Amino acid sequence: MWTPGRFGRGKPGRKYEPRELPLTQDSRAESKGLVNCFDIKSLNLYYSDFQALKDVNMEMEKGKITALIGPSGCGKSTLIKTLNRMNDLIEGCRITGDVRLFGEGIYGDMDVSLLRKRVGMVFQKPNPFPLSVYDNIAFGPRTHGVKSRYELDGIVETSLRDTAIWDEVKDRLKKPALDLSGGQQQRLCIARALAVSPEVILLDEPTSALDPVSTGKIEELLITLRGKYSIIIVTHNMQQAARISDMTAFFLLGEVIEYHSTETMFAMPQDKRTEDYITGRFG
Amino acid sequence: MERRSRLNETLKFGTRFGTFKEKFMRAVFFLAALSSILAVVLICYFLLANGLPAIGEIGPASFLLGKEWSPSDTPPSFGILPMILGSIYVTAGAIVIGVPIGVLSAVFLARVCPKRLYKLIKPGVDLLAGIPSVVYGFFGMAAIVPFAGNSMLSACILLGVMILPTVVGISESAIRAVPEHYYEGALALGAGHYRSVFRVVLPAAKSGVLAAIVLGVGRAIGETMAVIMVAGNQARMPISLFKGVRTLTANIVIEMGYATGLHRDALIATGVVLFVFILIINLSFSALRNRAL
Repeated sequence: MWTPGRFGRGKPGRKYEPRELPLTQDSRAESKGLVNCFDIKSLNLYYSDFQALKDVNMEMEKGKITALIGPSGCGKSTLIKTLNRMNDLIEGCRITGDVRLFGEGIYGDMDVSLLRKRVGMVFQKPNPFPLSVYDNIAFGPRTHGVKSRYELDGIVETSLRDTAIWDEVKDRLKKPALDLSGGQQQRLCIARALAVSPEVILLDEPTSALDPVSTGKIEELLITLRGKYSIIIVTHNMQQAARISDMTAFFLLGEVIEYHSTETMFAMPQDKRTEDYITGRFG
Repeated sequence: MERRSRLNETLKFGTRFGTFKEKFMRAVFFLAALSSILAVVLICYFLLANGLPAIGEIGPASFLLGKEWSPSDTPPSFGILPMILGSIYVTAGAIVIGVPIGVLSAVFLARVCPKRLYKLIKPGVDLLAGIPSVVYGFFGMAAIVPFAGNSMLSACILLGVMILPTVVGISESAIRAVPEHYYEGALALGAGHYRSVFRVVLPAAKSGVLAAIVLGVGRAIGETMAVIMVAGNQARMPISLFKGVRTLTANIVIEMGYATGLHRDALIATGVVLFVFILIINLSFSALRNRAL
């Protein structure tokens, strides 16, 4: 059994060193040389009879932060759930078109479990498991076969340090994660997603349930993660999109109205509807 | 002016009438609610009034810890330790058999089962709860005793089946009450359906499942008829799974018909001990339920 005091000062020579996480082998090598993490071509998505996404074409760049904005019900959350196949859970959901992760079709014969390891997700409402902080982070690596205590300890510490929450939780790794504050819980969820070394991280309105201070911390965190991971974030908060993202896409009724660099998007939107939305005239 | 006074009168009369009617109805509801409390209080009173003097006369230590129960000897001995242990062993056995099956059934019903199959299985489990215990007893005599004999093992198996509906029902609702986003969070990390259910959803339902187990214990320890029909009922220290055993409830039922004097009071005192057991179980159940909500 792991006990709090043993962490990092157990055997000599087992001090913390930042290192590559054990789960980083596999496809990351293949993705070298490719510019886009996701290539989406003529994607249509139907919930029974309702068409939630209409002919979506997007290329999302590797290592960048891509923001998806638009009014409620415009299909932006649906789109990111398509990217890690969480839509599989919804009955009556039908998809046509082509979605490629670093060139590999994700709706072909790709293993869903491996896809979700490569494409992590953070939800709107912080959803740490009702387990300890440590077990929350270790859940993913354990799922993918990491057993050694030493490696797990390393993953837990690295993930928590990468999300700048280590100092706040290092003394309570064995405490229930649900005792943390909302903002800490959400950063824990990001750490949990990082623990399996994903290539892409999807965030579905990660700050909409949080106060401004926690929101600020998460935004800073995402900026530090830029480059190392490709980040796709759905947000209702346009200032947020403007502050942190490199690329922004504006959605309306299931269609991509505009997809540009964030600067262009907010400085000189091409479409009247985009302009109306970002200046707050509707939505 | 006149209309107003008439209105006032109506209101006054109406209010007065309403007040009377409401007071009356309130009294009726209050009495109805009181009746169950009254029943508990009366049960406590008669149980204790008849049982405690007997415990005093026999001596608490020789009653609770005495290993010999021979009420018709001279002098008689009234030690109920064999029955206390019998009840505990049989209940523990029922838990060992019933809980794993029950919890796994609950997981199946709540997270795996297709809707059509659910409509078949769920009423089946519910029906299990409605079968009279004497029918269980017959089932045990016909289907279990030929293999396991009139023994502790038979009683454990039979009780394990009898607590299933309790364990399944309560565990299932506890599992269903776990927010869906735990499950989704686990899936999003690449965990499969079963890993998500057993490593995340089930631990999240832990207190509800524990409450189900406690309620199952309550059911098993209070069960009488079915146990009598398969357990052999020898009033001696339980020594083996394959030998007969007598529980507290069986002790009361078997001898109450002919017991007189101190013997009769000793049986009532056995009821007191059973009552204390049930009380402890109920208290721990409410504690668990409060923690679960």
